[in-house]
Amino acid sequence: MDILYAVFVAPFVDMVSYPAFFTEVVLGGLMTGVMYSLVALGFVLIFKASGVFNFSQGVMALFAALTLVGLMSGTVPFALNEVAWLAMPVWFAILVTIAVMIGLAFVVEFAVLRRLVNQEPIILFMATIGLAFVLEGVGDLMWGSNVKALDIGIPTGFFEISGVQIQKFELFAAATAAVLVAVLAVFFNKTKIGRALRAVADDHQAALSVGISLRKIWIIVWSVSGLVALVAGIMWGSKSGVQFSLSLIALKALPVLILGGFTSVPGAIVGGLIIGVGEKIAEIYWGPLVGGAIENWFAYMLALLFLLFRPQGLFGEKIIERV
Amino acid sequence: MYLKKFVIGAMSAAVAAGAIATTTAMAAETLFIPSMVYRTGPYAPNGVPFANGYKDYFTLLNLRDGGIGGVMLEVEECETGYNTKVGVECYEKLKGKGALAFSPLSTGITYQLIPKASVDKIPVFSMGYGRTSAADGRVFEYIFNFPTTYWSQASAVIKYIGSKEGGMENLKGKKIAHIYHNSAYGKEANPTLEVLAEKFGYDLTLLAVDHPGQEQKSTWLQIRRLKPDWIYMSGWGVMNQVAVKEAASIGYPMDRFVGNWWSGTETDVTPAGAGAHGYTSTTFHAPGGNQALHDEIRKVVYAKGEGAGKESGVGEVLYNRGMLNAIFISEAIRRAQEHFKTKNVTGEHVRWGLENTDMKQEDWKKLGLVDFIGDIKVSCADHEGGGQVRVQQWDAEAKSWNFVSEWFTPMRDIIRPMIEADAAAYAKENNITPRDCT
Amino acid sequence: MFYRETGQFKTSYAADQALLPIAQDRYALLATLVIAFLVVPLVANEYWFQAVLIPFLVFALAAIGLNILTGYCGQLSLGTGGFMAVGAYSAYKMTTNLPDLNIVFVVLISGVITAAVGILFGLPSLRIKGFYLAVATLAAQFFLLWVLNKFGWFVNYSPSGSIAIPPRQVFDVTVTSAHAAPVARYLITLSFVTVLALAAKNLVRGSIGRSWMAIRDMDVAAEIIGIKPLQTKLLAFAVSSFYVGVAGAMFLCFWLGTAETEAFDLLNVSFPVLFMIIIGGLGSILGSFLGSAFITLVPIFLTNAFVGGLGMQAVTAKHLEIIIFGSMIIFFLIVEPHGLARLWQIMKEKLRLWPFPY
Repeated sequence: MDILYAVFVAPFVDMVSYPAFFTEVVLGGLMTGVMYSLVALGFVLIFKASGVFNFSQGVMALFAALTLVGLMSGTVPFALNEVAWLAMPVWFAILVTIAVMIGLAFVVEFAVLRRLVNQEPIILFMATIGLAFVLEGVGDLMWGSNVKALDIGIPTGFFEISGVQIQKFELFAAATAAVLVAVLAVFFNKTKIGRALRAVADDHQAALSVGISLRKIWIIVWSVSGLVALVAGIMWGSKSGVQFSLSLIALKALPVLILGGFTSVPGAIVGGLIIGVGEKIAEIYWGPLVGGAIENWFAYMLALLFLLFRPQGLFGEKIIERV
Repeated sequence: MYLKKFVIGAMSAAVAAGAIATTTAMAAETLFIPSMVYRTGPYAPNGVPFANGYKDYFTLLNLRDGGIGGVMLEVEECETGYNTKVGVECYEKLKGKGALAFSPLSTGITYQLIPKASVDKIPVFSMGYGRTSAADGRVFEYIFNFPTTYWSQASAVIKYIGSKEGGMENLKGKKIAHIYHNSAYGKEANPTLEVLAEKFGYDLTLLAVDHPGQEQKSTWLQIRRLKPDWIYMSGWGVMNQVAVKEAASIGYPMDRFVGNWWSGTETDVTPAGAGAHGYTSTTFHAPGGNQALHDEIRKVVYAKGEGAGKESGVGEVLYNRGMLNAIFISEAIRRAQEHFKTKNVTGEHVRWGLENTDMKQEDWKKLGLVDFIGDIKVSCADHEGGGQVRVQQWDAEAKSWNFVSEWFTPMRDIIRPMIEADAAAYAKENNITPRDCT
Repeated sequence: MFYRETGQFKTSYAADQALLPIAQDRYALLATLVIAFLVVPLVANEYWFQAVLIPFLVFALAAIGLNILTGYCGQLSLGTGGFMAVGAYSAYKMTTNLPDLNIVFVVLISGVITAAVGILFGLPSLRIKGFYLAVATLAAQFFLLWVLNKFGWFVNYSPSGSIAIPPRQVFDVTVTSAHAAPVARYLITLSFVTVLALAAKNLVRGSIGRSWMAIRDMDVAAEIIGIKPLQTKLLAFAVSSFYVGVAGAMFLCFWLGTAETEAFDLLNVSFPVLFMIIIGGLGSILGSFLGSAFITLVPIFLTNAFVGGLGMQAVTAKHLEIIIFGSMIIFFLIVEPHGLARLWQIMKEKLRLWPFPY
């Protein structure tokens, strides 16, 4: 009886009796969810256009952040000493990092994607894991493995509205994500390249027959994904310093992907928000009953629950099998 | 077509060739010190300064004194990446070379080595980490964790909080939160904190953070609601950096946030920048690089270009810890050489040396360290050494750690019975007969 | 010239249905077993046993388990670490509560317990497919490790949170814990792996294996011709989890002797075992062995070659090793996407025709 009360009644009573805190929890969850979506977006873009589940997305975010910090501090790659005149101002460093990620897209297309055309998805998945290892080793060798502080001037601190604390950093992250999604939406729907990307996502053969160059599309998609990875890397790296653990955020983004569907950009956002809020509410109101730290598996369980009703995620493409 | 086959063949041959390069026993013209390090992987930022401090001290002994007792020291690093399996593989590889003591700097690897090292007769020196009940030397003959352990540290932290509140009686009714890494390491302090909560009457809240701790929003929301008077943290790696940053973001008073000695390094406060000012942590040795010994290292080792890392790293918290680890081992070797009257000591001799560590302030002064650490006395039954705990605070402008308290003696009367009970349970489960230390 | 069936006539049904119909295959397997059981124990030293051979065998068994589920039945699973942990912790609880039970039975019963858990977590597979199922099995991975971590009962309330296997004997020879001779541990692991691998090989070529493969290839069509998806998929999960559980119990009992939940997490176990079956070859028992050899041994060999052979700094060697390892994965996938087992098969085909090229 006590247990039933504790599980089914007490948390809701708690939520209602302290509405300011509950609002804070929901807001916090939404903000966290946005951070997860930033990472999930990269996965979705690549999966949509080339059918590859890019496991190295997390490592790409780490590599982008490492490059940015290295350029900003004037570190000489591979030699790891800092040279004052090489240090670049923030905006220039960001541009150079974007160029590096585009270069990376070229290399990946040449070395990996071109050779594995038409292979099964699991082989491509495995290849991206190999890529993750390579990027991790190269990143470590190039920029060193100590923790680097990342500060590109995002506002810190908080302000309070009727007892609810709102972090400026998270508002900024949410705004950035909104801008990013808007830009991507315009890109996909209004430009010629965007149309070509959607064509490739629909059917490779048909796209080829209309004259769309698959290779060019892959390079473009991986570059855009690299840009998204850079944004995600900046947001997460500002919170924790740029270090190896940053690549593990990909694991936090996986439940978002399955909830929202692998092929949907709005799905990544909505999925992220749902997972973020769900995680926080579960951890704070039900977590103490079982000793806490239930966030990790709860996110997956939540996504699993949604999957049982919609096996392709909320917004994913229905897999139609014909015999 | 042929190129492809040639490359496959060449790669297989290269891999097979590497298989031949395994180890055999070494001749004992040097004292072999294995160094299990992690300069890669998620904990590299902490592993690197520790490994540097460890290696630099032995290099100093080689260059300045010609080794210990006239025999040169050979330090071989094996990269574990904080991975338990790789740690075991490193152990197997290095033990055959005449290894004198292992310091894995990883609780997981230490647990693996505890049964093996006892059979192979090589001491495992897990300084301030590892299995706390190894402090009972009657059951754990070959395992040492002096100068102090996690349980003692927790009791010392309660003493510190009590002193800040104006007396242990004022702890009654205060709210203390323990934020811990959700692993065996993080949970170590919990039993002690719970026992002391009953004794002194404070409200204890336990908040677990899942590995790796990159995302801690829910923990800090709970802190916001709870508004604890004090926070104690047992973290490691990125969990520390994120925690400090989150605490600063929600405006929690940093001087009431006490990290344990693995949560108080320069790496942990760097990402938070100015927000980390005032963050405190416990430690069992002094921070800073201004001791006579540091100057020696800079003069003898770095000037000759033999330093393991950058010279600016000398004096960092973990550098000093690695250095201290090396000091204890080299003093044990020296003591063993004198006692057993032989220059080429073995693991068993060094075990004796570690067990008879007795270093007072005059001994530390001779090594070039003043007010660096308390008096340490290890004995057959007590492998914890009677070390003391002190609290240091981070100054974000000066970018340095400074002591803000006196040395605290842990509550041994409460901790020792707990240690003995756990050691006895281990002995029973594994059919070990405890030694007689009288 | 060397590898043909010419002159090998089958004169009984049993001979026709033999596991290895070609005599050369049988001799090769026999030779491998003789070398593994008799020659290796005399030649190898402790480092080889502890760091190379025993982990290779333990992970080969886990890879066979995952191959049954993913390679033969097409259900992608990332929960291997969680199931191995269940196997290890069951073995620990059983042997500490029933010290007189022979360790061989302990290991086998841990497998059965893990199979039961596997059936439970295999239920979503009836509704979810492909990568979605993979991420759903991650739920199993995280949840199982959380449960084993959370409840002190699993570690006999030890404050250290880790489990250690006490010394146990088989035929009066100590085979567990640090007191056991590495040779003894190697031989018992080898025995388990040999018996279970032969059982697996038999299983996958029978009607059960064929029903799994039918589900993998086109599960809608399989259902139409009468293969029951519920029973077949759950059976795949059960058998696979049995193998993985036994591998987990051997991991604890015969290889490391101690463990905590971190040893079984995603990056340490689940992903490496998945890599093993993809590199080794999906849907192939031999592939599981080849994949396990590749993933367990290449890093060790590379480190020894770089640090021991070339005298590099340990950390530079480690970085290079990671880069080379990743590049080797990509390279092998480009060269032979169906894995090392397929390369082996092609080699055998060429051997049949040698010295003629076509």
